[in-house]
Amino acid sequence: MIGGLFIYNHKGEVLISRVYRDDIGRNAVDAFRVNVIHARQQVRSPVTNIARTSFFHVKRSNIWLAAVTKQNVNAAMVFEFLYKMCDVMTAYFGKISEENIKNNFVLIYELLDEILDFGYPQNSETGALKTFITQQGIKGQHQTKEEQSQITSQVTGQIGWRREGIKYRRNELFLDVLESVNLLMSPQGQVLSAHVSGRVVMKSYLSGMPECKFGMNDKIVIDKQGKGGASDEAGKSGKQSIAIDDCTFHQCVRLSKFDSERSISFIPPDGEYELMRYRTTKDIILPFRVIPLVREVGRTKLEVKVVIKSNFKPSLLAQKIEVRIPTPLNTSGVQVICMKGKAKYKASENAIVWKIKRMAGMKESQISAEIELLPTNDKKKWARPPISMNFEVPFAPSGLKVRYLKVFESKLNYSDHDVIKWVRYIGRSGIYETRC
Amino acid sequence: MTDSKYFTTTKKGEIFELKAELNSDKKEKKKEAVKKVIASMTVGKDVSALFPDVVNCMQTDNLELKKLVYLYLMNYAKSQPDMAIMAVNTFVKDCEDPNPLIRALAVRTMGCIRVDKITEYLCEPLRKCLKDEDPYVRKTAAVCVAKLHDINAQLVEDQGFLDTLKDLISDSNPMVVANAVAALSEIAESHPNSNLLDLNPQTINKLLTALNECTEWGQIFILDCLANYTPRDDRESQSICERVTPRLSHANSAVVLSAVKVLMKFMEMLPKDLDYYGTLLKKLAPPLVTLLSAEPELQYVALRNINLIVQRRPEILKHEMKVFFVKYNDPIYVKLEKLDIMIRLASQANIAQVLAELKEYATEVDVDFVRKAVRAIGRCAIKVEQSAERCVSTLLDLIQTKVNYVVQEAIVVIKDIFRKYPNKYESVIATLCENLDSLDEPEARAAMIWIVGEYAERIDNADELLESFLEGFHDESTQVQLQLLTAIVKLFLKKPTETQELVQQVLSLATQDSDNPDLRDRGYIYWRLLSTDPVAAKEVVLAEKPLISEETDLIEPTLLEELICHIGTLASVYHKPPSAFVEGSRGVQHKRLPGSAGSGESVDSPDTVSAAGVSEAPPAVIPSQGDLLGDLLNLDLTPPTTSGPPPVPSSGMQMGAMDLLGGGLDSLMGDESEPPPIPLRTDTPQSPQLSHQSPSPPDYSPTELGGDLGGSPAMGAAFGAPPAVMPASFSAPVSGGLDDLFDLGGGVGMPMGAYSPPKTIWLPAMKAKGLEISGTFARRAGVIQMEMTLTNKAMSVMTDFAIQFNRNSFGLAPAGPLQVLTPLSPNQTIEVALPLSTVGPVMKMEPLSNLQVAVKNNIDVFYFSCQYPISMLFVEDGKMERQVFLATWKDIPNDNEAQFQIKDCHLNSDAASNKLQGSNVFTIAKRTVEGQDMLYQSMKLTNGIWVLAELRVQAGNPNYTISLKCRAPEVSQCVFQSYEAILKN
Repeated sequence: MIGGLFIYNHKGEVLISRVYRDDIGRNAVDAFRVNVIHARQQVRSPVTNIARTSFFHVKRSNIWLAAVTKQNVNAAMVFEFLYKMCDVMTAYFGKISEENIKNNFVLIYELLDEILDFGYPQNSETGALKTFITQQGIKGQHQTKEEQSQITSQVTGQIGWRREGIKYRRNELFLDVLESVNLLMSPQGQVLSAHVSGRVVMKSYLSGMPECKFGMNDKIVIDKQGKGGASDEAGKSGKQSIAIDDCTFHQCVRLSKFDSERSISFIPPDGEYELMRYRTTKDIILPFRVIPLVREVGRTKLEVKVVIKSNFKPSLLAQKIEVRIPTPLNTSGVQVICMKGKAKYKASENAIVWKIKRMAGMKESQISAEIELLPTNDKKKWARPPISMNFEVPFAPSGLKVRYLKVFESKLNYSDHDVIKWVRYIGRSGIYETRC
Repeated sequence: MTDSKYFTTTKKGEIFELKAELNSDKKEKKKEAVKKVIASMTVGKDVSALFPDVVNCMQTDNLELKKLVYLYLMNYAKSQPDMAIMAVNTFVKDCEDPNPLIRALAVRTMGCIRVDKITEYLCEPLRKCLKDEDPYVRKTAAVCVAKLHDINAQLVEDQGFLDTLKDLISDSNPMVVANAVAALSEIAESHPNSNLLDLNPQTINKLLTALNECTEWGQIFILDCLANYTPRDDRESQSICERVTPRLSHANSAVVLSAVKVLMKFMEMLPKDLDYYGTLLKKLAPPLVTLLSAEPELQYVALRNINLIVQRRPEILKHEMKVFFVKYNDPIYVKLEKLDIMIRLASQANIAQVLAELKEYATEVDVDFVRKAVRAIGRCAIKVEQSAERCVSTLLDLIQTKVNYVVQEAIVVIKDIFRKYPNKYESVIATLCENLDSLDEPEARAAMIWIVGEYAERIDNADELLESFLEGFHDESTQVQLQLLTAIVKLFLKKPTETQELVQQVLSLATQDSDNPDLRDRGYIYWRLLSTDPVAAKEVVLAEKPLISEETDLIEPTLLEELICHIGTLASVYHKPPSAFVEGSRGVQHKRLPGSAGSGESVDSPDTVSAAGVSEAPPAVIPSQGDLLGDLLNLDLTPPTTSGPPPVPSSGMQMGAMDLLGGGLDSLMGDESEPPPIPLRTDTPQSPQLSHQSPSPPDYSPTELGGDLGGSPAMGAAFGAPPAVMPASFSAPVSGGLDDLFDLGGGVGMPMGAYSPPKTIWLPAMKAKGLEISGTFARRAGVIQMEMTLTNKAMSVMTDFAIQFNRNSFGLAPAGPLQVLTPLSPNQTIEVALPLSTVGPVMKMEPLSNLQVAVKNNIDVFYFSCQYPISMLFVEDGKMERQVFLATWKDIPNDNEAQFQIKDCHLNSDAASNKLQGSNVFTIAKRTVEGQDMLYQSMKLTNGIWVLAELRVQAGNPNYTISLKCRAPEVSQCVFQSYEAILKN
């Protein structure tokens, strides 16, 4: 199991050092600094073995988090724990920075004592932790016996992510379907790979212990229902359903029920959390198509023409569009003409950046540039990195639709109809590249 | 005010100030001071001097302050054990606190203080906490048992905590169950043979129930524990799989990977024709792909594991090639891993896409990545024959870029392509030769030289090219030198007329001017060959090479099986067994996949063995580079070791290279020990003439020569026999080297103890396609072992060893798999000890001690039979009570008595008794009647048969008389033979 956990600043100074196991000594702290943080080369692996001691590290801005062990631990678990640690810290004091860590080091030690026992991760849900680890540190004294046992049963219980007795005057929930669409396209317009990775994020402000059921246009569910119901409806809805390659759920979702019935039922944590992640690869709506044309005119000049076409309903508007056209390292000057938006050559980034604020569906726009090159004797050819694109669209490129989210709370006197529900779809570009 | 100020105190005399503040009356000031102490401790300052002052702050009702003091205690208690006792009272008191959080905190902290005196006081509170009414306290106490066990294992056992911990597996709270499982698993690791985690269907059921309810971390503990269970049959296996599969949708990647581990392992037991088996395979792919959208560090862990999974079950991800395409901004460690998997998944169906990608990658910036991409193109060519041509042309395009490292890497892989498809792509040689000057890496130079030598007859100026390399011969690395030597000899054999001078030059450079034993020895071998029998030389040096096989860099199957059992863990990230990086006893047990359905039962006839062998034969493996050293014919692609003998693999195996000269020179040196009629000549040998018309000697069949080069006595004789031309410098240094070689090779000492016959050849190489097995049986520390020496006398690498016995008289069966961890390369010898059990199926054999064995490797299945001395089966508790002996002796009918004579034995009765005792033949009484010693002895066989003996020894008479009485008189003959063997050795 995890033998120790260290947090360093960018210089390699230790900010937090907590050792759980006897086989990890103080010298491990230095070994990591010397061999990883101060290493001359770029880090080649997130797992480093130094003198039979293994170091797992993740970096958040300038801060290094390192878990140390001498045993054959579950490596995936260690990384998941490090991420979780980051989440917990963020939930407590915001951004992970040197300043924040120093300001909260007592709290961090307290957290580390609670969520990692002898190197074994324990309940690390912030909802539960916040009930008894507080920055005041004295809450323990004022709790009644009932409160105490409520805390402990929540920390160890089946529903460790939600406490009892939550009350809202207005029962409300927000669902965000956030998708990032990834594309790699050949210069000829052939899709080399495309997939959507999506997340359903839920903000719940519901009283009591509500039992929720979430439904979407999952092909498997709809086909199943179609078999039972009218055939023409099945045909109709079959078109609108989507094939989900795989999905993962927050730990509140009853996985065995999903496995057997493919229904998504759960008691949600209070506040914001990620209900599910999913991935689709079929029938993706690619919101933009990039058509590049690069022509080398002699050895000192390049002509670039890029056309972008929007491919969605004309009534919808895409926002924050940015096209990034890489230029060779020996570029000496660039002249750009674009029909829409603004384009600039950024020498420091070796790219022409073309920004368009808004663009409606089924439109087309174009940029052309002349790139002057310095003659070089560098034998190495310019690698022509792909043209990348960023955007935001108000629909889900995977075609996912939320069909329902039902809320049942038997003990309290509100019903599904009383809950105010909001749904929003946002599609963003992930890695959206076209080779040129 | 913020807490960061505590990090900035650097004043001198700070300790004194802190001391004063710690003893202050004001609570706030005290707390501030403790914070400062902890901050100093964090940055590595020694604040142990403040121990008593900090401990004084422990008596407080401020929880935050208390926790800080505890933190300090955990760090420094060990250095101040006497003072740490001061804290005990507070702990014991806190363990009784009404607040469960405080109780848990106390027991948690106490377990972290590694001071013996404190642990004594810990026992009582811990016992209470393990039975606490509050689950939070119980789950903390469960982990505390593991802590205590780490400090004092004996104490934990004596106090009966292990049983309490086992009870917690049935706790009503899922988190308590999970922590108890984690603690027990850890404790069990340090007691490999204990049955601590008594996994049976009932406990498994409890674990599976808890699995649905506990935290993500608890699910990981439980899944990792489940993976150690071996289901009784395929139905149980399937039902567990069914209950584990829902975990594949968990958001936590570690839960997913641990579930994959359980499924991969239990799947082995499912019959392949089962519908469920196919469903399961399909279910595994999507979660594995999803892992690739996790954070980069987790992607890395996932990719390393997918690499293993793809090797074990390629069918799972065969359609998912695209997800492994490299993204422009993937971290380099993710890129390199993806590349590996892309090659593993490459097939005829997707090769066009893969090649296009690889070509793209070859133009990236990162040198390592580009090199690997180029190498990958070569591997595709070898793997997918249809794509070879396209790969070659892609490589040529890349060579045209003139980027130095791309060119070099391309040449190295083209050499492999030539070996796979000889005489197909030679048209590219001209292009390669254009880049001769830019090659500065040994591997690339060696590859180029090999190409020139191999195709010398097609390259007009091959001699010029090779000569140009020869100029700086001594500055080259060993790899290049060896290659150059071989290439020039090849050239000479192909174009003898123009190249005599060149070959003489290189031979003299290699033998007289070089200190490198490998180079020198190879030089001499060529020299002798060329001067004695040029025809033979031609057949040796230009022999047809075995083709290289398609899959490269595969992990050796037994290791792969072990790593599959460790999916998700560090072992699977390093691709090494835990014993390679974990110290001490932990994790040293080798895990194995359970046998597939049906194979758990005994094998009735050898036919079944062969069927199993054929169905799962994986592709052959190109040996890792070091193993090629012995391959005189060919590629010296060893890492550049400059001098000294080649590195001995840590497993203690002999390496092919040592054998290369060992066997041959043995007889050579033997000849020289008599006054050797060797002409002392320091000049170069007469230029050998190629006499094409003379028929080659009949005993030189080309294939045999090629295969036997390493250490075959025939070769040695051929070397030593003719009055050869031998420079004076030969004998002295080589014999020195030889001693070393034999020291390394022959260092396997036999510990004294039970008698074990010398090894005999059980399976001659001729009958087993080059695999020679000699062996014996031994009983060591109560364990019957089959000790074997496997020698690879074939030309190709052998892998995938497995062994099985036919039914036999005493139910002998392998207790574990045959441990041949690395591929056995040509001329390599390996010692294997196979522990045997006696619980296998029984069938009476004729003779009684006959054992029929089937050995499988990647080439075929071979059968042989051998006989074991029955003394192997004499158990340690075979000493009978005197009275029982007398009664039994009388009880067994006289018809069962057998009498034998042991001739020519010169031991006295005591010495004989001692000797026999070593093999578990126990002397119960001794009587002397008229100068004749009568020894009454008993022994017990593994199957419970008692044998009673009366041994009569007369002083001065070398002949013993032995009477054996046994209820199963059939064994008497065998027992007698063992007696004879034991006494005479």
